[in-house]
This record gives sequence, structure tokens and C-alpha cells, in this order.
Amino acid sequence: MERPIRVLVAKPGLDGHDRGAKVVARALRDAGMEVIYTGLRQTPEQITESAIQEDVDCVAISILSGAHNHLFPKIVKLLREKDAGDILVIGGGVIPEDDIPGLIEAGVAAIFTPGTPTGITIDFIKENISRK
Amino acid sequence: MDIRAGLQSGNKRAVARLITMMENNDPEAFNIIKENYVKTGNAKIIGITGPPGAGKSTVTDKLTKLLRQKGKKVGIVAVDPTSPFSGGAILGDRIRMNDLSTDEGVFIRSMGTRGALGGLSKAANGAVKILDIYGLDYIFIETVGVGQSEVDIIKLADTVVMVMVPGLGDDIQAIKAGIMEIGDVFAVNKSDRDGAERTATEINMMLDLNKQGKYRPSVVKVIASENNGIDKLLEQIENHIEFMNTSGEYLSRKRMSITTEIVEIFRDNIIHSLKELSEKTRVIEATVERVLTKEIDPYTAANEMYEILRKKEVGNSD
Ligand SMILES: Nc1nc2c(ncn2[C@@H]2O[C@H](COP(=O)(O)OP(=O)(O)OP(=O)(O)O)[C@@H](O)[C@H]2O)c(=O)[nH]1
Ligand SMILES: [Mg+2]
Repeated sequence: MERPIRVLVAKPGLDGHDRGAKVVARALRDAGMEVIYTGLRQTPEQITESAIQEDVDCVAISILSGAHNHLFPKIVKLLREKDAGDILVIGGGVIPEDDIPGLIEAGVAAIFTPGTPTGITIDFIKENISRK
Repeated sequence: MDIRAGLQSGNKRAVARLITMMENNDPEAFNIIKENYVKTGNAKIIGITGPPGAGKSTVTDKLTKLLRQKGKKVGIVAVDPTSPFSGGAILGDRIRMNDLSTDEGVFIRSMGTRGALGGLSKAANGAVKILDIYGLDYIFIETVGVGQSEVDIIKLADTVVMVMVPGLGDDIQAIKAGIMEIGDVFAVNKSDRDGAERTATEINMMLDLNKQGKYRPSVVKVIASENNGIDKLLEQIENHIEFMNTSGEYLSRKRMSITTEIVEIFRDNIIHSLKELSEKTRVIEATVERVLTKEIDPYTAANEMYEILRKKEVGNSD
């Protein structure tokens, strides 16, 4: 059955703007996905609950604040606790190379650093979501 | 995931998955709704519509918070347009409702309109039914009040709130045709801006001119972003619900919306069957060629396709 992939795009943390998240949201829409765009400053709890109610295939998180080592594992953990560990979690933003292995270890499926062509992110989502 | 058990126990993940299945036309979803249909009808269904950016989501957020204070459980179905080019959509209504996400007694679902081939109100209405079965007291449906399809969705509500903003003057004239008529309560949002009083007066004048219904809608000035006037707005919504229940208007509106619903489902099913058939047999493409060469005309073509579908249905049933 043909169905659009649903992705929650969130920009947690207290800092700055959501320009990067908006660019990703538009690219995913243009690739035929339904993007639930939640704007700035949600907590991991809000992201988890929104992901569940929206029944998304993927949560895409943009972080600029440097709190990634805390926020990403928290979101993965909350999703698992809510029996929603099958939802793909990916991230983007300003994240030092050195931190990426730890985040992958914590259950984040992939980190896309600035400058990654959106096509790569789109293909990754299409290939890695658990529901086909 | 056991959807049936989850629905019984009030598991949000199961409810969310059921909505997805229904949206994707999974027959199992409709079986589950059918089994539980008698449980529908408890929720008050409130449409929130109006021009883009008028503050529909902010109004919905604040109304929901007020209802939560009164101990009511609330569902929100927020519909945004699907891009006709990509089939994708950006569904952004949650931005104004982020702190409702973690409220146990609230369920918010965003939907795209998903293309022109019917089924718009079928999906929104299906989601409302599922949330009704889930056991919510109030369900809001938010749509942008621009096109006929949105009007069709919003018609399924028991009470329709039109969210307007100051300075719509000419727009009111434009919106009036067909769309103003569906408002049961008018909220002039962004009343912190100049011209709110004038807009309220204009709407009132228009409503006085338009005396056709039994209920005279009221006009409430609100500043949703400051949670100002929301209590008065809810009062007017309750007032309309009360009128509906005591005047018998509720039943006649329900009859109308059920009629709309059945016709819509019927149409959607036919279109769906036709699409399925055509994917296998290319019957649409073949017929188009015959019309193009004037072998037949479009009326005959449509009849032929209808007959093919009918025979197929009859063939299937034995
Ligand atoms: N000045 C003022 N701004 C408001 C008020 N209510 C909402 N807004 C702002 O208006 C903008 C749009 O609000 P939304 O609630 O998203 O409007 P909407 O009608 O749901 O928008 P769409 O769903 O995109 O059509 C936001 O920036 C709100 O903060 C108000 O009472 N006064
Ligand atoms: Mg909105």
C-alpha cells in the first residue's frame, strides 16, 4: 500500500533559530514525505509524545546548542520506554566528529553534519525506516 | 502491535497506529472502527476554521487548556494542505501546541489533505471517530477555510468556530460566499490589533443580513496569544451546543453530515476501486485514447467504467 513516510522534525534546546530544521523539513516534503514540524524548544518528553501521537516513521532532530550528548540519548531512551524504539532517530546540526560514535552507540541511527546534501538524508530515511 | 487491545486500554500508540491505517485505507482499520462504532457520539466535535495564519492553532491550544482545567479530555485533528507537486506536506500546527503534547488527557494528530481524489473528509472524519472511541470529551478539527474540501471537512463538526482577524474587510466579502455561512461562532482573534471592533461590527452586520438559520451566531473578540477572551469563546461554543441539543437541530445536522459522509465514502471507494483496476488493466488510459479519437464520448466512457466496476463487484461476491 502506497503511503507517505511521516517524519517529525524538531529543534530542541533553548538556543537560536530553526533555519536548518526548516530547510530539512522542506526537502523532506519535496521528497513526498509528511513532515510534522514542531518548531523550537521542545523537551525530549514533548518530542517523544508527539512522535507517538503522530505515528511517525522517523524523528529528525536538529541541535545547535551543544546539548546533543544529553538530548539525543534521552530521546532514544524515552522512545524505547514508550515501546516506540522502532522509530528511526536521526540528527543534524553542529556536532563534533568525536561525539558521533557515542551517539550512534546510544541508538541514534545517523548524524548528518552541516553541508550534507539533503538527498543523502532522504535516501537514508527511505532505506532505514522499520515499516515499509 | 495489538491495535484492538490497545484501543480498549487507551494506549496512545495503538490509537495513533489505527489512525495511520485508516488514513492509508487499510481495510482492517475500518473493521476496527465498525466493531466500535456504537461507542462513538460522546465527544463534542468542534470545527476551527478561518484564513491562513488567523490564529486557529493558538485558539485551539487555549481552548484545550481551558477544557483541561475543567477536567475534560481533548483531541485535536489538525489538517494542512498536501503539496500537489510532491505529495508531501509540512504539518505545522503543533508549533502552537507543544506543551499539550505531554498532557495525558490530550491527543493531537496532524493530517495532510493528500491529493484531490476524494477522501479528504473521510480521513479527517475517520480520525475523529477513532478519537471519539478512544474516549475524549471534545475533539477539535482545524482546517484552513479556503476551499470547498475544507468546508466539507468542517461540515462534519457539531459547532464551527470561524477565526477571523481585524482588517479583513474585503476578505469578508470574498469569504462570505459559501464559507461564512458555516460559522456558528465567530472569533475575532488578534484583537490587540487596530480595527478589531470594526471587524466585529462588520461580521455582525453581515450576520444580521444573512438571517437564514435558526441560530444567530455570536461574535467574540479574543487575543488568543494572551489567552484573552477564550473563556467567553468557550461559553459561546457551549451555548451553541446547548441550542443544538435543545432545538433538535443537532439531529438534523447529524443527518446531513451522515449523508455527506456516506456519499463521500461511497465516492472514495469507487475512485479507489477504479484506481486499483486501472493499475492492473490500464482501463483509464485505454478509455482516454478512445475519447481522444472520438470513438466514444466522455459520458459513455464514464458509464462504461462504472459498468466494468459493477460487474467486477458482482463477480467478486460469488
Ligand atoms: N498579535 C496577535 N498574534 C497572534 C494572536 N493569536 C495568534 N497570534 C500569532 O499569529 C500567528 C499565527 O498563529 P497560528 O495559531 O499558527 O495561526 P493558524 O490560523 O493556526 O495558522 P495556519 O494553521 O498556518 O493557517 C502566530 O505567530 C501567533 O503567535 C493574537 O491574539 N494576537
Ligand atoms: Mg494552524
